[in-house]
Amino acid sequence: MAAAANLLEFDKVSVEFDAGVPVLDQISFSVPEGQTRIIMGAAGSGKTVLLKTAMGLNRACAGRISLLGEDITEKPENQLFDIRARVGMLFQDSALFDSMTVAQNVAYPLLNQKSIQIPRDKMEEKVRESLRFVELEQALTKYPSELSGGMRRRAAIARAVVTGPPLLLYDSPTAGLDPITAHTIMALIIKERDMDNTTALVVTHRYQDGNLVANFRYNPDSGTLDPAGERATNTVFMVLREGRLVFEGTQTELEACSDSYVGKFVKKPEYAA
Amino acid sequence: MLASGFVLEFLKGPTLALQEFYLLTGRAMRNVTRQPHYTDDIKLQMDSIGVGSIPIVLLTGFFSGAVMALQMGRALQQYGQTGRTGTVVSIILVRELGPVLTALMVAGRNASGIASELGSMKVTEQIDAMRALGTDPIQKLVTPRMIATGVMLPCLTVIDDFVGMVGGWIIGKLLYDLDALQYWSQTWHALVWSDVVQGLLKPFVYSFVISLIGCFYGLRASGGTQGVGRATTQAMVAASVTILILNLFMGLIFVKYSGN
Ligand SMILES: Nc1ncnc2c1ncn2[C@@H]1O[C@H](COP(=O)(O)OP(=O)(O)OP(=O)(O)O)[C@@H](O)[C@H]1O
Ligand SMILES: [Mg+2]
Repeated sequence: MAAAANLLEFDKVSVEFDAGVPVLDQISFSVPEGQTRIIMGAAGSGKTVLLKTAMGLNRACAGRISLLGEDITEKPENQLFDIRARVGMLFQDSALFDSMTVAQNVAYPLLNQKSIQIPRDKMEEKVRESLRFVELEQALTKYPSELSGGMRRRAAIARAVVTGPPLLLYDSPTAGLDPITAHTIMALIIKERDMDNTTALVVTHRYQDGNLVANFRYNPDSGTLDPAGERATNTVFMVLREGRLVFEGTQTELEACSDSYVGKFVKKPEYAA
Repeated sequence: MLASGFVLEFLKGPTLALQEFYLLTGRAMRNVTRQPHYTDDIKLQMDSIGVGSIPIVLLTGFFSGAVMALQMGRALQQYGQTGRTGTVVSIILVRELGPVLTALMVAGRNASGIASELGSMKVTEQIDAMRALGTDPIQKLVTPRMIATGVMLPCLTVIDDFVGMVGGWIIGKLLYDLDALQYWSQTWHALVWSDVVQGLLKPFVYSFVISLIGCFYGLRASGGTQGVGRATTQAMVAASVTILILNLFMGLIFVKYSGN
């Protein structure tokens, strides 16, 4: 079998905001189709910058980035829109448009992505479908300021997946949420992966999140998460430290890693099936 | 050596900022002729910048016209020329006070409003989200504001001029017993074409100062709510000062080339 195509490739990518202070330092990795990559690292280690750079929202000062098979390193902004249309992104603070209702937020990519042509009458159905996916259909006409943090996160996920992108970037989907809501959000991410076979990058502080993604599958019949068993998932862990990639490997390798910084992110899973 | 290095370092920030401002201006202008046009956003901004500013423009116009008639009438009284009040009020309002006061009021209201709105969007990543979801923030946010201000500010200035003349007439009537017909025919006949051109061209130019400076500081905001506050203040101060400086230069140009 031929190796699956890489949806995202970083080749010695460095990012600097102030000259001489690299926020990302020579990062290289590639994400093949179907993989879920868990990115961990302390606050300020460059996780958000990494995701934004992958989308071309930040510019790299060295190295090359290829997104969905296209080299985006030096592409001008107006040529990036068509590529970005095929990538969904959940921003760290949701970044919902606060002057629009939840429904308008979710409809936004459908209305504005030039490469996505959806007839007007199908629009509402699409929006509803996406909000049903995150179980937020009742909040259609609410404004983001009227939602709780967890609901906002879910609305933002609905907005990210509404166009059915093959690649998803989730920035800290569970940060600042209680364990139950965090579990719900992770379940959504796993559901998205297993229903639509999407590839994803998931930034998180919590090891349980990674553990869940690596070892559980969504069961469409019961709507719950079941242990993956022999239907093993393609999950890779990656740890950033001050802009450098200090670990990349499977969960087993991560748990065996002797580095003390990396070790701090590994905890015994708190919840089982 | 050390001093010149220090000066260069000191000038680097403003120079870079100016360069960025020119870039933003260029892109916003270029977008006027490009698809897609966000007509809904333009209408929304026309409403908020234009219609929303009417009360403050009415007040400014009325009181500035009234106070001008008050002082001019008194000054002209010394020469027995109170009857010329209408002429003076009209010329000063249309050429200078109308454009500059309206622009300053709208700058206070909208340059800061735009900066805080775009600034909040910037610090909450909504601008990045826009880019990620297929819209160019300059096309979607800056150009509509620029067009809306460009259309509305000249209109507001005309309103301000007219209300100022009404204010002047009321004072003239009450204090100097001016004849209504005489006053209004004077205000009309005092104006020549160059005054009207000047009176409309100035607000058109200032509209770009207001919208673009507001957007510029908003899009540059960083550092949470405090950064938004800073951007708001900076936008208002920069827009007001720029308007006052431009006002002198445009006045000089008109005096030189129109001969009065
Ligand atoms: N726009 C920017 N301008 C300047 N510096 C920036 C910018 N964005 C991020 N940085 C810097 O880059 C570094 C990495 O930031 P980043 O937001 O990627 O951290 P993070 O790993 O996402 O942290 P957290 O877990 O807190 O979200 C930080 O030191 C930050 O100060
Ligand atoms: Mg972050």
